Amino acid sequence: MTTRRGAIIATLGVSVFGLPRATIATPQMRDEAIAAITSGAPVGDGRVTLTIPGIAENGLSVYTTVAVDSPMTAADHVRAIHIIAEQNPIARLVTFRLGPRAGAAKVSTNIRLAASQHVTALAELSDGSFWRDAKPVVVTLAACVDGG
Amino acid sequence: MKRLTIAALLVIAATAHGEARTSGTELLSDALRAQQIDEAANPGMLWVAEGETLWQAPAGSANSSCASCHGAAAESMRGVAARYPQVDSRSGILLNLEARISRCRTLNQGAEAFAFESDALLALTAFVARQSLGMPIGVAIDGPAAPFYAEGEAFFHRRQGQLNLSCAQCHDDNVGRRLRGDTISHATATGYPVYRLEWQSLGSLQRRLRACSLGVRARQFDYGAREYLSLELYLAKRSEGLAIETPAVRR
Amino acid sequence: MSLAIARVSMPAEARRGAVIDIKAIIRHPMETGYRPDSMGRRIPRHIIEQFWVTYGGTEVFGMDLTQGVAANPFFAFSILATETAELVFTWRDDRGEVFTVTKHLTVTE
Repeated sequence: MTTRRGAIIATLGVSVFGLPRATIATPQMRDEAIAAITSGAPVGDGRVTLTIPGIAENGLSVYTTVAVDSPMTAADHVRAIHIIAEQNPIARLVTFRLGPRAGAAKVSTNIRLAASQHVTALAELSDGSFWRDAKPVVVTLAACVDGG
Repeated sequence: MKRLTIAALLVIAATAHGEARTSGTELLSDALRAQQIDEAANPGMLWVAEGETLWQAPAGSANSSCASCHGAAAESMRGVAARYPQVDSRSGILLNLEARISRCRTLNQGAEAFAFESDALLALTAFVARQSLGMPIGVAIDGPAAPFYAEGEAFFHRRQGQLNLSCAQCHDDNVGRRLRGDTISHATATGYPVYRLEWQSLGSLQRRLRACSLGVRARQFDYGAREYLSLELYLAKRSEGLAIETPAVRR
Repeated sequence: MSLAIARVSMPAEARRGAVIDIKAIIRHPMETGYRPDSMGRRIPRHIIEQFWVTYGGTEVFGMDLTQGVAANPFFAFSILATETAELVFTWRDDRGEVFTVTKHLTVTE
């Protein structure tokens, strides 16, 4: 990528992935992704803690941790944790499938963020309930356009 | 292999300006620094692991491996990366670590040369450099190295390109100030080859220098160019006393 | 089964009932399918789609991934130590390639 294209990209506000902003996800897609997982069931706020930097060093790799308050027994455990974006080409970024043999409901990975946005962590519990936490992340561009 | 200690990170390099030079690691966020220090999370360690395998693999017409001559890398390669770039006594050529490894591969193993920035060359370079983890950088700039060092020093201070910027104007005069999302570092190359998030891969110092040249809209030299090799020697001298951190993680 | 450049970090031994922390990382471009190459052509998507862990033959942890996960994907999670057995870590990408790493866990009383 030449510096001239880099300058154009910076001024047009094209996302990190090189897509024009019109084709990336919206909060509506996020809500649809959540509804697809919950089948419309209510989502409570709480029990989930999403840890993610307020300013991402680089949108290509953002370290994310989700912890859920749960005893992780056969009777009461976390079935799944989903990480959902609202300004990415696709909304559901990753799903962790757990169970009582996971021992604890705390998972981490590096996600990609196309632009500054809110990230949502959605937890699915064994009793069928859903819980969420959401945090805003600012995604910046590197100082000098790299070009490889 | 001992973890990089706080003490090693704090080893300072004296500067002509009288202030201590530091590694770019100090400018990372806590999360990114933690990722660098954690061997299990640092993506650069995937190349170090590949390098460890390549070290044992026979190659070339001599069907020998690095281990055939050099034995256990933890012993034979300890301290080596901290002394590079250096002048090859036989040929008088300035070699960085990548060039030394490539030379060994073709001349001693009789194998095909590694391509610049190939995974294999990055892996072996990272593996060899890793054996000097925590050791202070110290390169020779006298004798046959003197003309190369002078070239590198001149390059660092010479205004270049459309923006008419010299390396020194950012990396000496404006260290610590912000340039868009980044903070300007001292340009001490302590952790190369480095895992750069922007590359989504491990990459060499020359790859980073080429990106710098492009960033200031100056001429990009080819991989292996004398200009970059001399500059690497100057950068290594600038980093004198700082600890090797390969593979570092950068933005 | 393809050769993986992958690292799994976990203790070799644990007490029964302990929660052990595991870190896994694999070399993979996780190519999104959005990036153009130097000629302007789209580089095809190439990602790891699934990761799972079996412990003594039973699946105890799994992940469904998309291109929203960073390159050279890193995962940290935990497993309950229940029995001395093998843990098999498997990654499968969208070209059907499968990579595995096997670790042995000794569980003491």
